[in-house]
Amino acid sequence: MKFPIRKSPSPAQWLLILCILALLAPLSGFAQYQAGLEKRVTVKKLPNGLTLLICERPEAPVFSYFTIVDAGDANDPGGESGLAHMFEHLAFKGTKDIGTTDYAGEKIALDKLEDAWTAYDAEYRKRVQQDQQKLKELKAQFDAAEQAANKFVIPNEFTQIAEANGATGLNAETSLDATQYFWSMPSNRLELWAYLESDRIANPVPRQFYRERNVVQEERRMRVDSSPIGRLVEQFLAVAYIAHPYRRPGVGWESEISQVNATEAMAFHRKYYVPSNIVIAVVGDVDTTQALPVLEKYFGAIPSGPSPEPITTIEPPQTAERQVIIKDASQPLYLEGYHRPDYRDPDDAVYEAIQDIFSNGRTSRLYRSLVRDQQIAAEAEGFSGFPGEKYPGLFAFFVVPNPGHTPAEMRAALHKEINRLKTTDVTDDELAMFKTRARADILRSLGDNQGLAEELAINQLRYGDWRELFNQLKQIDAVTKEDIRRVANKTFTDTNRTWAEVDYNAPSQAEARPAAAPAGGAK
Amino acid sequence: MKMMRRVTYSFGALALFTAALLPACAQISSQEQSTTPVIPPDARAEKNPGAWEKLQIPPLHPFHPGQPKRIELKNGMVILLEEDHELPFINGTLEIRGGSRSEPASKIGLIDLYSQAWRTSGTTTQNGDVLDDLLESKAAKVETGGDDNSTSVSWSCLKQDEDQVFHIAVDLLEHPAFNRQKLALAKQQDIAGIVRRNDDASGIASREAAKLVYGADSPYARQPEIATVMSVTLADLQAWHDKTVHPNNIVVAVSGDFDSAAMEKTLRDTFETMPRGPAWKDPDIPVPGPTPGVYVVNKQDVNQSNIWIVGVGTRRDNPDFYALAVMNEVFSGGFGSRLFQDVRTKLGLAYGVSGGYSAAYDHPGLFYTTAATKSESTVAATKEMLKDIDELRTEPFTEDEVRIAKDQLLNSFIFRYDTKEKVLSQAVTLEFYHYPPDFLERYRDALEKVTVADVERVAKKYIEPSKLAVLVVGNQTGFGNPPLTSLNLGPDHPIDITIPMPAAMRQQMMGGPDQ
Repeated sequence: MKFPIRKSPSPAQWLLILCILALLAPLSGFAQYQAGLEKRVTVKKLPNGLTLLICERPEAPVFSYFTIVDAGDANDPGGESGLAHMFEHLAFKGTKDIGTTDYAGEKIALDKLEDAWTAYDAEYRKRVQQDQQKLKELKAQFDAAEQAANKFVIPNEFTQIAEANGATGLNAETSLDATQYFWSMPSNRLELWAYLESDRIANPVPRQFYRERNVVQEERRMRVDSSPIGRLVEQFLAVAYIAHPYRRPGVGWESEISQVNATEAMAFHRKYYVPSNIVIAVVGDVDTTQALPVLEKYFGAIPSGPSPEPITTIEPPQTAERQVIIKDASQPLYLEGYHRPDYRDPDDAVYEAIQDIFSNGRTSRLYRSLVRDQQIAAEAEGFSGFPGEKYPGLFAFFVVPNPGHTPAEMRAALHKEINRLKTTDVTDDELAMFKTRARADILRSLGDNQGLAEELAINQLRYGDWRELFNQLKQIDAVTKEDIRRVANKTFTDTNRTWAEVDYNAPSQAEARPAAAPAGGAK
Repeated sequence: MKMMRRVTYSFGALALFTAALLPACAQISSQEQSTTPVIPPDARAEKNPGAWEKLQIPPLHPFHPGQPKRIELKNGMVILLEEDHELPFINGTLEIRGGSRSEPASKIGLIDLYSQAWRTSGTTTQNGDVLDDLLESKAAKVETGGDDNSTSVSWSCLKQDEDQVFHIAVDLLEHPAFNRQKLALAKQQDIAGIVRRNDDASGIASREAAKLVYGADSPYARQPEIATVMSVTLADLQAWHDKTVHPNNIVVAVSGDFDSAAMEKTLRDTFETMPRGPAWKDPDIPVPGPTPGVYVVNKQDVNQSNIWIVGVGTRRDNPDFYALAVMNEVFSGGFGSRLFQDVRTKLGLAYGVSGGYSAAYDHPGLFYTTAATKSESTVAATKEMLKDIDELRTEPFTEDEVRIAKDQLLNSFIFRYDTKEKVLSQAVTLEFYHYPPDFLERYRDALEKVTVADVERVAKKYIEPSKLAVLVVGNQTGFGNPPLTSLNLGPDHPIDITIPMPAAMRQQMMGGPDQ
């Protein structure tokens, strides 16, 4: 963050500062909670590079964990979009000793299956002289090989062990930035959890990969193809980015997730699931001195590997406004975005302030202007770091027009509000509310095992120190009205803008949608 | 009634975006004891045990969360207090009997409008906009809400702001000032929702599924229309308020960083003088169950079908509730459940799969089985789901299945009361529905006693495939062969989901007669 030189405050300004301090004062006990947390958190970086965090919170005999792998769908290789997410599904399929009746035999069957897929895929992808008869035979061979491999499978054994032992909230998420796994369990199952989690990181098996691929395609149909917002977001990002992987849908393009293979998934694992790329946080009824050796034993045994090289591609500066107009048989929607730097930028807290002032609750500018006063929108908000934060993302605005109002009206109303931010200082009250809320939000997050595990792991991964959770407050407190105007003027420019709208188009004219809509271009 | 709702605004846009951007794995939910890990049954040879099977599981630390302090005032108001000193916050809810199932058919949407306009209008001394500024400056919330059988005022704040924030909540309860403009704003918001309700295929499916089971006009299934929303007046809001806000219809719950004796005094001083009113009477609502058959909503802009197979579920006070809970766990309770294993893992037909013979506290829940599958496999997936339902009666439950299901339920049981907020929330729910305060302990004890024979018996008693309706929301041209009629459930009945709309509005929005 840049620190502009400030003049001494005038008496009137002093008065304002006192008002602000008075507003912040109720949270002066904050330091006590920060210090309390520092005493309960232990960080241990294992020799193989994996980082463990343990936070004692013995409110009830349970714990939650959060594993974050510093690789998401932005890391998918070309032609293999959706691969990080596909691997995440694989991570529930068991290991070399869980989920199989005989791994040695299964391994042979899986290798045969992979060969069968490769042969089928080679014929399938032939651009000329594809032999339909041969393709049919190869498909039959593939099906037979899949059946043979399935004979070794104990379906869902991994998750069933966890669930039968009380795991709750068991799930995982893959974003463009990262892949994360989590659940909660009774605290006497800590060692069992360490066994399961370390085993699936170290020893995944591409079990039932091709069947799961069908499941992932259904996920795409649900989230993208059959959802007006999903379709809008996919087209919008494909236009807002021309080079960086943020342009691709996290779930992957249909033509790629239908062809990705197990060898590629395992290669992704080898490259990105190395211990130095992983942070794991455990929060709950855990005694650190007893638990740490147990966790070291299991997670320390994961073989180390070279840290993956960072992504090369940097999105080139945008030089012209981009527009997408979708004619759809659904009600109008409006989405707009401006490129911003990644989360490490000194102005990161300023973007947070802008997001808060635009969008947080009934006092926010977009609610008051577009929803309450003009009554042209049902919902309107701006948000930072879309579709990700690790790489330069967008500051985006999403507006849902009221009946009878058009996306063009939303655009005009939005630009008026953006312009106001660029030309007029925000009020002292607005800035103070943002700072007070930021503190209260952090404080609230301390009261929940799963939420706290997530905060600790993410901050440790992103900044190399979980305490950044609190340090960011210093940056937040330092945000000034001048900062907000400066950043708004720098970011919200015509040539840095992409917008996309959905216009209603009567369904009688709409044809049944093909499986994957063709990518729309800039207009 | 949803207890101890977290006090937040329902700003849906971000949630929608998260859903669009975060491919997540299957969401599974379920709810202490033993010395070794629970091992699922499998084909594993005895001689080849996994190393995890030998791990020692130490006894769980004893845990007996204190029950909330219960106070009943002379005027009938019930107060429940749960101290929680971990963080400097106080959260409270005033839960009031009576909700949308009691609103008149001509004014569906009344409770929704009431619960929005109540807070946004504010009080006779401070309007809603002033409250917004005041509360946001303290990172505090006061919100009003409503659902099918209750309305509420809730608050959340730092403890040093409790006096002021609690005062605002009470002021809203005692001196609301329903405002014409705020009612108009709420109507606009609701109408925006009505106009968009056919854009979301899964939303259409869950709505129409409830209508099939409870009846299209049932208070548990009916939906607001533009006309019913427009008919609600300020006088309707005030009348509802006057009818329901009586201390004997209110349960107060407060948790957080306070001293119970001091809090009790504050609440007594505030509420003890409120005069008792007429006791609330909930309506008797018959639940007819579906007319069996196949129902179709044709939606052209999707490539995936939402399939729901539905019938009538049960109530929690049914003595068979516990055995049904175990049956549910076997059927659809997790990754290892019959439905999930079959439709998702084995056949790869769906990402989202779920179901259950669900139970509500004071009326029958839904018996439902649902999956979303590509248009071409609509019939195949429906057949598979029907088969899985049928097999609840025909495929005997094994000892292993029942043991695993019980382990899942019992080992995760602690997550029903592992936070003070949950303990209080549970107590309020039981108070609200007049259930015994030790319902959770009884539930647990009863679960432990459930046998394979019990599960067999309830499955045969309650699962009646001939009384179920099949609903498909999908792109009919893509269903392919064999057709839906191959389900042998008769011809399919199209459901018209056209949104009733004033002609002028339709013209303005859609540019033509089609919806």
